[in-house]
Amino acid sequence: MLDKNGIAQRIAQEVEHGQYVNLGIGIPTLVANFIPEGIDVEFQSENGILGMGPFPFEGEEDADMINAGKQTVTLEKGAVLFDSATSFAMIRGQHVQLTILGAMEVSETGDIANWKIPGKMVKGMGGAMDLVASADNIIVAMMHTNRAGESKVLPKCSLPLTGVNCVKKVVTNMAVLDILPEGGFKLLERAPGVSVEEIVAATAGKLIVEGEIPEMNLG
Amino acid sequence: MAMNKLVSGVEEALEGVHDDMTFMLGGFGLCGIPENCIAELRKRGIKNLTCISNNAGVDDFGLGLLLQTRQIKKMISSYVGENDEFERQMLSGELEVDLIPQGSLAERCLAGGAGIPAFFTPAGYGTEVGEGKEVRMFNGKPHILEAALTADFAFVKAWKGDSSGNLVFKGTARNFNPPMAMAGKITVAEVEELVPLGELDPNFVHTPGIFVQRIFQGASFEKRIEQRTVRSKN
Repeated sequence: MLDKNGIAQRIAQEVEHGQYVNLGIGIPTLVANFIPEGIDVEFQSENGILGMGPFPFEGEEDADMINAGKQTVTLEKGAVLFDSATSFAMIRGQHVQLTILGAMEVSETGDIANWKIPGKMVKGMGGAMDLVASADNIIVAMMHTNRAGESKVLPKCSLPLTGVNCVKKVVTNMAVLDILPEGGFKLLERAPGVSVEEIVAATAGKLIVEGEIPEMNLG
Repeated sequence: MAMNKLVSGVEEALEGVHDDMTFMLGGFGLCGIPENCIAELRKRGIKNLTCISNNAGVDDFGLGLLLQTRQIKKMISSYVGENDEFERQMLSGELEVDLIPQGSLAERCLAGGAGIPAFFTPAGYGTEVGEGKEVRMFNGKPHILEAALTADFAFVKAWKGDSSGNLVFKGTARNFNPPMAMAGKITVAEVEELVPLGELDPNFVHTPGIFVQRIFQGASFEKRIEQRTVRSKN
């Protein structure tokens, strides 16, 4: 079973050289720590940065330099700053090629829910609806089950949706899953030490298992 | 001869604000918020306000200050997760809340300032946000119709500005300030540094002064950091 860093490490393998990438809050933010040497990417933060760098050294934090999670950050060389309308032009206009974000639920048809639990938690969607409506490639990073042990990999989302038919791939603490265009989660890889049977048991949505399922190679 | 938008301070800048008005307030989290204008709005005690702002501040800063005093009737925002008082007022029904996708919020402000009454966007299609809105297919993909937003006053915060209303922002404090500056019937800019006319390089002005009606140098800026994240030098 992977921890949050393990999920981020596996997702980092999906990032391609030359891509502009938007990382959501939580596990997705950790992906930046695992981009292999030689893969050049620029991270977009939807509050107005292209070329976001790591956290600042202690004492060098700047109230005017934050990421979309409101954390203090730095800029890489060649970075650029812009307003929110320009930022979402980059996103909706599909100039940002890859979006990695967290989710509360994902459905076998690629629907995602991650912004609201009616009557309980209402934080808002932030930029997530614009991001999932537009990016060519959307990867979800999440735990396979919730705290109550219930599957988050579902036939249909029960929570209010963030987007429909948009998620292409899901990486959880247990597995790597492709969402097929015709619907269904295709099991691609198992997390170290996790059996196919355990993944079947933890997946409520339609799971397609074909042949031997390899274990993830985290290098 | 350049226009003169300079006012004596925050009190003169807010002349004409009253109950029941709609305001836009720039900022992302606590970054780039019009601190001086918010403080003055609280002091004036005007009520029943509709505030259009990406976030709602934290409990004791930013728009949280106007929530404490129950001056806000309705919030139009994209993300309000950092404010317990906000969540309490919303769940109890005291506060009306319209949550909209962040990109749609920015574009609705921009459209409001640019004379575009509405536009189609893919964001929110198939979700609660799209309910009741016109859907149209473009390039084989469904889009929903979103209307432009305008405000009686837009309050923005810039790094530098001149008496003509030209503005330059710093870092990520730019965020919603430029599109909102365009959409205010009266746009008030508070700046950290008021510079003499001619000092800003026209090549590097972010918001042209035509969008700004009143400008003043803020008396002070706290510039609070919401999430201080650092790494160690070792």
